[in-house]
Amino acid sequence: MSVFEIIRFALRGLFINRLRTALTTLGIMIGVASVIILLAVGNGSSKAIQSSLDRLGTNSLQVRSGGQGFGFRARASASTVKPLTILDTVALADKTQAPDIKQVAPIVSTNGTCVVGANTTTPSTFYGTWPAYYEASNTTIQSGSYFTNDDVTQARRVALIGQTTATALFGTDSPIGKTMRCSGIQFTVIGLTTVKGSSGFQDGDSLVLIPITTMENTITGNQALSDILVEATKSTTTTAAQNELTAILDARHGITGNKTADFSVFNQASLLTTASSSSKTFTTLLGAVAAISLLVGGIGITNIMLVTVIERTREIGIRKAIGAPKGAILTQFLIEATILSLLGGALGVIAGFIGSHFTIDGTKPVIVPASVFLAFGVSILIGVFFGGYPASRAASLRPIEALRYE
Amino acid sequence: MEAVAALEAVASVDEKLPVIEVHDAVKRYGSGDAAIYALDGVSLSIEPGEYVAIMGPSGSGKSTLMNILGALDVMTSGKYYLDGIEVSSMDENHLAIVRGRKIGFIFQSFNLIPRTTALANVELPMAYQGIKPKERRERAMVALNVVGLGDRVNHEPTELSGGQQQRVAVARALATRPALLLADEPTGALDSKSTGDLLDLFDQINAAGRTVVVITHELDVAHRAKRIIRMRDGKIVSDELNKERVA
Repeated sequence: MSVFEIIRFALRGLFINRLRTALTTLGIMIGVASVIILLAVGNGSSKAIQSSLDRLGTNSLQVRSGGQGFGFRARASASTVKPLTILDTVALADKTQAPDIKQVAPIVSTNGTCVVGANTTTPSTFYGTWPAYYEASNTTIQSGSYFTNDDVTQARRVALIGQTTATALFGTDSPIGKTMRCSGIQFTVIGLTTVKGSSGFQDGDSLVLIPITTMENTITGNQALSDILVEATKSTTTTAAQNELTAILDARHGITGNKTADFSVFNQASLLTTASSSSKTFTTLLGAVAAISLLVGGIGITNIMLVTVIERTREIGIRKAIGAPKGAILTQFLIEATILSLLGGALGVIAGFIGSHFTIDGTKPVIVPASVFLAFGVSILIGVFFGGYPASRAASLRPIEALRYE
Repeated sequence: MEAVAALEAVASVDEKLPVIEVHDAVKRYGSGDAAIYALDGVSLSIEPGEYVAIMGPSGSGKSTLMNILGALDVMTSGKYYLDGIEVSSMDENHLAIVRGRKIGFIFQSFNLIPRTTALANVELPMAYQGIKPKERRERAMVALNVVGLGDRVNHEPTELSGGQQQRVAVARALATRPALLLADEPTGALDSKSTGDLLDLFDQINAAGRTVVVITHELDVAHRAKRIIRMRDGKIVSDELNKERVA
C-alpha cells in the first residue's frame, strides 16, 4: 500500500462530496485570505505613514508656542507664554549662532473656506509662509510657479494649492492663473503642488499656501506665529540643530535656570516613532481578528471530518474487513483533512494576493511576505491537527461494529 | 511489512496443515453471573478444499463463530490456527493483514464500497496488500470474468442488481487468492434465481480446489455443501458429511 494509493483514496473521498469539500475549503480560504489581506492593510497604512513622514523630511523640526503637546521635548507650560514671532524666526536663521540650521520658515495657520462659483472647500492646511517653507516641508510644484520672496515683500494675493483643493474648486480644469476667494479675499492661483498623498490622518493635498505677509495683512491680522518650521543641514545634525534653536529661543524668551520653556519642539523622528507604533497596534489587532477566522475555519474541518467519519463508518468497516491496516485508514482521513486545508490555504493565498491589489478604505495594502508563509503553514498544521482526531476515531473503529453500523 | 514475511514463513512450513483449526473456542460477553457464552468450547478443523456449511438458528453462536473465523473478532479463550498461523493472540493490525491475505469475505449485504466501480472494488484488497496496479488490474479482470461480470467492470454498485453485486463481492474475495472463502448468509438478500447462480458459482470455486465456508440458516443453501456443522447455544451439536453431495 503506497502513500500515493492512499492519497488517491483521499482525493476520491473528497471528490465524491464535492459541495462539502468546497464549503470546508472556503472556511480555510477566508481565514488565510483575511490574514494576508488584513496584515497587508495594516502594513500598507504603516508604510503610508512612514513615507509621508519621510516626505516631510526627518531633518525638519517644528517649533510651536506653549509647553504642552505630545512633542518629545515638551516642557511644562510656563506661567507667561511669549508668542513666537517673526523676530524669533529671523534669530534662528543666524548662521553663526545656529550653524546646523539650514533655513527657517514661519507659519501662520488659519481655518478658512475657499470658494469658486458654487464650489467650496475647506483646506485642512491653510498656511501663510515664505519660500523657505518649500524645501523644509518637501513641497514641490507640478505646474505653475512658486511664490517668491518678492511676492512676500509685496504681500501679493497669490496662492499655491494642492490637488484635492484644485479638484474641489476647478474640477479637471487647470487652476493656474484662475482666481478663487478664500476667507473673503481674492487670490490668483499661480501653482499646483505635487501630490503628497494622505499621511494616514490628514490629506496632504487639501492645501492652500499664501505669502505670510498677505495672510497677516488681509486675514489674520498681525498676530503671533502658529509654528516655525526649521530645516537642519542634514538628518544627522537634527539633534544639534534642535539644541541650537532651543538655546536661541531660551535666550530670547528669558528662559533661565529652572524656569520652564514656553515653546515646544517637535522632531519628525519622534513623530514617526509614535505613528508607527500606533500602526503596529492596529496591525496586531487586524492580525488577531484574522487568526480567529482561521481558527474557526480549522474547527470547520474537524466538524466536517467527524461527520464524514460517521457517515462512512460502514465503508471503514468494509475496508478493515478486507485487510486495511489501521495506519492506512488513519493516513487516508488525515490526508483528506490535510488536502482540505492545503487547498483552502492555497486558494486563500491567491485570494489574498488578488484582494491586496485593491485600495481598501484609502489604504494601499502591502503584503507582508512572512504573513503568506505563516497563514499557509498554519492552515496546513490546522488540517493535520484538526483532522487528527476524526482520523484516529476512524482508524480505531472495530471492524465488526463498523460493519454492523447502518 | 516484516510481519507479513513472518506470517508467510510460518504458513509455508507444511502444505497439508488444516485451513482452520479451532481448539476450545470460548467467547464470553459480560462477567460473573451476568456472563453470556456466545461460544462455549467449540473445536473445529477444516481441511484444504472442503466445502462446509455452518448452520443454526439465530442466537446459536454461528455469527460469533464467523467473526472469529474471519479474524474480525477475538475470542475470550481458546486457540485458533488459520492456515497454520496462530491468530488467537494477534493484535488488530496483524489481524487486518491476515484478513487481507488469507480470507475472502462474502457478506449478506454485499458490502461493496459505494460510488466505486466494480473493478476498483475488486482491486481494493489487493491495493491494501501492496500488489502493483498492473497485476492488480489483471487479477481483478480475471476474477470478474470468472463470476460472469466481465462486461460490467465500470459499473458502480447502484447500477448493478443484487445478484450482480454479490458476484462482484465474490470476485473481490477470489482475486486475493485466499486460503479460505468465508460467506456469511450470502444468499440472504438475493432472489431464488440469483441464489441458484451464486451457489453454482460456489460449487465451481470449490471444484477448483478452494476451501469454502458458508454460514447460513437456510437448509437448501447448506445442502449444497459437502459437510454440514450444526450449532446450538454456542456449541456444535452435529458435524457430518452431506450424503447427497459426498459419495
